[in-house]
Amino acid sequence: MSREGVPPLPVSAPAMPFQDAARLSLGDTQLRFNMGKATTTIRAKRYKVVDEMPDWQNLREAGRAIKDRTLRHLDKYLIQLEESVTRVGGKVHWAADAEDANRIVAGIVKSHGAKEVVKIKSLTTDEIGLNEALAHQGIKAYETDLAELIIQLADERSSHILVPAIHKSRAEIREIFRRTLENTEHLGDEPKELAAAARAHLRRKFLTVPVAVSGVNFGVADTGTICIVESEGNGRMCLTLPKVLVSVMGIEKLVPTWRDLEVFLQLLPRSSTAERMNPYTSFWTGIAPPGDGPDEFHLILLDDGRSKVLADRNGRQALHCIRCSACLNICPVYERTGGHAYNSVYPGPIGAILTPQLVGVENAGSLPYASSLCGACYEVCPVKINIPEVLLHLRGEVVRHKQATLAGKLSGENIAMQTVARVFASPRRYEAAQKAGRLGQKLMVKGGVIERLPGQLGGWTAVRDVYPIAPQTFREWWKQREKVSNTKTVPRQEARP
Amino acid sequence: MRVSLFITCFNDTLFPNTGKAMVALLERLGHQVEFPMGQTCCGQMHYNSGYQRESLPLVRHFVDVFRDAEVVVSPSASCVSMVQEVYPRVAAEFGDESLRREVAALSPRVHELSMFLVDVLGVEDVGAYFPHRVTFHTTCHSKRMLHIGEAPQKLLRKVRGIDLVELPRADECCGFGGTFAVKNADTSIAMLSDKIRCVLDTRAEYCASADNSCLMHIGGGLHRQRAGVNPIHLAEILASTDEDAPAAKEVRS
Ligand code: SF4
Repeated sequence: MSREGVPPLPVSAPAMPFQDAARLSLGDTQLRFNMGKATTTIRAKRYKVVDEMPDWQNLREAGRAIKDRTLRHLDKYLIQLEESVTRVGGKVHWAADAEDANRIVAGIVKSHGAKEVVKIKSLTTDEIGLNEALAHQGIKAYETDLAELIIQLADERSSHILVPAIHKSRAEIREIFRRTLENTEHLGDEPKELAAAARAHLRRKFLTVPVAVSGVNFGVADTGTICIVESEGNGRMCLTLPKVLVSVMGIEKLVPTWRDLEVFLQLLPRSSTAERMNPYTSFWTGIAPPGDGPDEFHLILLDDGRSKVLADRNGRQALHCIRCSACLNICPVYERTGGHAYNSVYPGPIGAILTPQLVGVENAGSLPYASSLCGACYEVCPVKINIPEVLLHLRGEVVRHKQATLAGKLSGENIAMQTVARVFASPRRYEAAQKAGRLGQKLMVKGGVIERLPGQLGGWTAVRDVYPIAPQTFREWWKQREKVSNTKTVPRQEARP
Repeated sequence: MRVSLFITCFNDTLFPNTGKAMVALLERLGHQVEFPMGQTCCGQMHYNSGYQRESLPLVRHFVDVFRDAEVVVSPSASCVSMVQEVYPRVAAEFGDESLRREVAALSPRVHELSMFLVDVLGVEDVGAYFPHRVTFHTTCHSKRMLHIGEAPQKLLRKVRGIDLVELPRADECCGFGGTFAVKNADTSIAMLSDKIRCVLDTRAEYCASADNSCLMHIGGGLHRQRAGVNPIHLAEILASTDEDAPAAKEVRS
């Protein structure tokens, strides 16, 4: 696929392995403080509103089951969605990849002679790098979500799927606004003032820009209805004022029937913003009567690697994701590194399993290892995606890939792992290794611990001491105890610690 | 009951006192304890690092060693969850039908120590005496994979003389995660620093847990800081009685 001339796309092979990118953010005091504060607050709120729901576990199970069934018959439901949308006056386009989708959007915008679009916050359009692609065609895209706008004005990348500017403090935001927006010389850093400044800027755009672009939270196959949930109401403005509406939908965002929404509209707000209900939930079915919303509606169905993910029996549950971001907020790794370390529009635990599948494990091999496997993400995920299980599956893929090349076969890690596996498979070799290790560590043990390990393992001893191989292993103690008890010279109890 | 101990390679090699404590404890409760000498490692390190095919011989080996056991009890929540949760997956993906059957028959008989005591034997008071200030770190595997629940706390609350203090953010990961601590050393260190801060806030003498792998991490950090807090495995607290109370302090010296 050629992406010539287009700036680097957000979902592409991460430029830097996770561990290196993480090192940069771990040293950023402001980021650590902002992230810790934000995630701790939202976690506490989320626990409260989830605890109120006596049937939460059943709801999760229902969500999982609906997603599971939908994915199993995805082809059928997609065709049904196309028919439904066409029936109510919309036009459906199929996009195999990012380039396809971007070309279709640009084509629609140009056919109306437009030079600008307003946007509802959308990860899918971030994934395909729509704003950059449009810019390349001379079309300017304006983000209307407050946090997304901050990121756009700062010319930065999002670090959270729901709160893109989570890593920014109020003072930082004020500086960005003062630098980029008109009439902001005297702007303070109170949230109210900041929001007012953004509103003044956005109002001008809503009233003049003819085309709106959105993502899709849910597309309903049987009615052809599209659903967007948001917190600020700017999305609703985009859905009613412009003449033309273009929605880009990842093909996994489908639900079969209107009734299925009942489940997700309960799961999503509590998991994402810790609210009982979404402040704004918008539905649109085809085109509106004249004067009451857009008179042209386009739905772009985007694959961009998703059918490949679907084909992987173990990995496909990543497509269940409803992008609530609960896994990000609970993840101890994400909390410390922030989203940029993942180098993708999909950071955190879901990013660690989705990005490698979308771009290939060979291109994002560090991401499945960006987790301590603590399992907190699985516990909170409203649709029960077993993220640790998928991480392990992808680690297996990374290793299989490595072992397929000679360099990989000869890598220190592979050789060590093979050797250790051989040692562990035989009690005799294992005992010999314990003895050899005890001899080998002799020079390193000081005061009962090892303070410095060589090579790769040195990362461990940077701040941690290591307990050495015991002077007498448990099995040596046991052997001695058995001998003693067999000769019956000493009572059994005396061999206790 | 005839109890087969699965001590795990980690405890066997680095923390033999935990195994010894299990022997003392289970014998005191009247059980017949055996240690099958053929045992080595459950294969978790290989599996979790992505070397999944390589863990197959270790799964087979485990099954060979423990096939005839009445129950298998282990002081490591993470190794037990490997056997219960992951063995069926390994057997299904790389193994054969007979291994699949054997794993299915064996894994329900493999228990983590505190769950064995509380849920299988129905014992909470094991007659222990441990006159120290203790805080307890819930390890991720015990909480989220084994769903160990309150078993360790139930046991600890019945220990005489103990001053049990709650650990702030007890169920957050300490940042060990096996090879994670090496591959992502910087992130792991950041997580450990926060954990240690919480441990020190409790002003406990001992930081206890049901898994020595996490304790190796937290304890290694505490030791480097010369913080004066000892890591201790739950089994070692449960094993100590009035007689060996003076010796308890040396448990991990
Ligand atoms: S993986 Fe689950 S918890 Fe994470 S964003 Fe998706 S739905 Fe939410």
